[in-house]
Amino acid sequence: MTNHTFSMPRLALLAGSVVALTLAGCASQVPLEEKKPAAPVTSATKPAGPSAAEIAAREIAAAKAELAKVKPSIYFDFDKFEIKPEFQGTIAAYAKYMKIDTKARLVIEGNADERGTTEYNLALGQKRAEAVRRALGVSGVADNRVEAISNGEEKPKAKGSNEAAWAENRRADLVVK
Amino acid sequence: MMTLSAQMAVGSLRQQQSHQTLFIRLRAILSALLLATLLGLISADTIAQTPLRIDITGVGQRQIPVAVAPFDETEQTQRYGRIVTEVIRADLARSGVISIVDAGTPSPVLNERSELSPLFATWRQKGAEALVIGSSSIVQDGRAETRFILLDTRRNESLGGLAITTPPNELEARRTGHRIADFIYEKLTGEPGFFATRLAFVRRDGDINSLVIADSDGQNSQIAMRSKEPVISLAWSPDGTRLAYVSFEQRDGISKPVVYVHTLASGRRVVVANERGSNSSPAWSPDGKRLAVVLTRDGNSQIYTVSAEGGPLTRLSRSRAIDTEPTFSPDGQYIYFTSDRGGSAQVYRVAANGGEPQRVTYNGPFNARPQVSPDGKTLAYVTRREKLFRIAVLDLASQQETVVSAGPKDDSPSFAPNSKWIIYSSRSDGRTVLSAVSLDGKLRTRLSADGSEVKGPAWGRLP
Repeated sequence: MTNHTFSMPRLALLAGSVVALTLAGCASQVPLEEKKPAAPVTSATKPAGPSAAEIAAREIAAAKAELAKVKPSIYFDFDKFEIKPEFQGTIAAYAKYMKIDTKARLVIEGNADERGTTEYNLALGQKRAEAVRRALGVSGVADNRVEAISNGEEKPKAKGSNEAAWAENRRADLVVK
Repeated sequence: MMTLSAQMAVGSLRQQQSHQTLFIRLRAILSALLLATLLGLISADTIAQTPLRIDITGVGQRQIPVAVAPFDETEQTQRYGRIVTEVIRADLARSGVISIVDAGTPSPVLNERSELSPLFATWRQKGAEALVIGSSSIVQDGRAETRFILLDTRRNESLGGLAITTPPNELEARRTGHRIADFIYEKLTGEPGFFATRLAFVRRDGDINSLVIADSDGQNSQIAMRSKEPVISLAWSPDGTRLAYVSFEQRDGISKPVVYVHTLASGRRVVVANERGSNSSPAWSPDGKRLAVVLTRDGNSQIYTVSAEGGPLTRLSRSRAIDTEPTFSPDGQYIYFTSDRGGSAQVYRVAANGGEPQRVTYNGPFNARPQVSPDGKTLAYVTRREKLFRIAVLDLASQQETVVSAGPKDDSPSFAPNSKWIIYSSRSDGRTVLSAVSLDGKLRTRLSADGSEVKGPAWGRLP
């Protein structure tokens, strides 16, 4: 399962704007074609070329494909909150994506293993999410584009009361909105 | 006093009582459906509720033997009286300090008007140190009147009695039984009873979380809300009319912890904290006007206060650490909370109007989720001992600490209104159940639901 979910409204908006641009382009070409029936259809669209928005959409699509290769999770040691070197690549990849998709927002969901109390674990998950948010900030992602929240121990990805399950659940997920 | 309409408006989808008017029933169903629709939740028939089961898992060394004669005296109140009798017996038995002597079916039927003097010797011989006799009857306005007296069979004297009049339905019969059990418990033990109280807890069936309100024995259960997202951190308002909690239900396209205050009678919900980040751990001030909450809008988890109606937030704690799980002392002077400022999670105390926090717990590497008893004498919290998470109680005057539960994953301690019992979440055979324990750790009961998880209990008084 891929974890960077692009929310439906945003996708729909993007698709909608592409359709609108295409229709507008066709409509303006219709009188031209009537005057010069011999002219090939392709040449009629040439002068316009791809618009800035189209270029941006293409770049974002490419960036999304690139980002899909990165696991959207950062794992933490027991009672620890620093981002280990092996996850610096994840931070860099998301920072890069956020530079390209300038309208995207990121939600960082922190999680904790089941040991401890419900509310304290919520705070631990938050501390992990905040660590990721700060790391993204250092990499140039504006603070107001990232929200750090916590699931605490409430949404365990791995069930079970053993070291492997606990390690899987000490995690922060990056979700593009 | 609990009224029928207030109780029903909680919004149960499952009607247990047969005496509500059609209007009230319709209103309950409509408000529940409306709530479910608003929350984007689920259809009404997706959950088959199994009743909570109570098991007594620890009893006192000495139990007072008590006989409870049947209350179902007359034909017209047979059902009401039978429920009253059953509830009294079950309550006293699960107290752990009272045992029920089989009263049989005395003939002629005993009631509070019976000639008493010959009875004492008979019941003393049967082993009962106390005898309860009473009856339920219908009075002129159609309501059920229940009268009883409690007799000390050793001293040949009455310990008093009550007359209780209610609408003649099952819900009220159960409440009447709980009130009589409270009276008996207090007369025989010298401590206030805890049966006519309410529990709130979260029940998870598959991926559906239900916020359940029930009597102290798990009966009369009503569902206040349902969600596919987690619901945690339940807290009763001091007057028992409102619940504060944290729900992760979707808002603005994102599922994250937000603090709500839910008025049970009307179903009205107010968002009291929905700041950037996570909003959690609500605790009521003793006057019911304010809440302490934990916000992360400024980065780390810090304690703020806010009106129970929502509004501006006042920052209370200022640390670079985690400060969470606040709870007021009943005099309103202090807030106890959990902080990792010293390197590990420990309980601290700070004046409610601010100041320098003092550390309260020292034993072990993890002490969290403090709760002060309603009488202000005892602090309960979750402690980690030998890798097990257990409930500890600290006598605030003597500083004597007692670990009262076994673990391995006990959480969310909540005091009974009489301050003598604690209910908490625990794990049993891989499932989460509710356990209750007396302050000395000796008396125990367990509430479980077959096939469901029940957790996060909050014990409150009746409104």
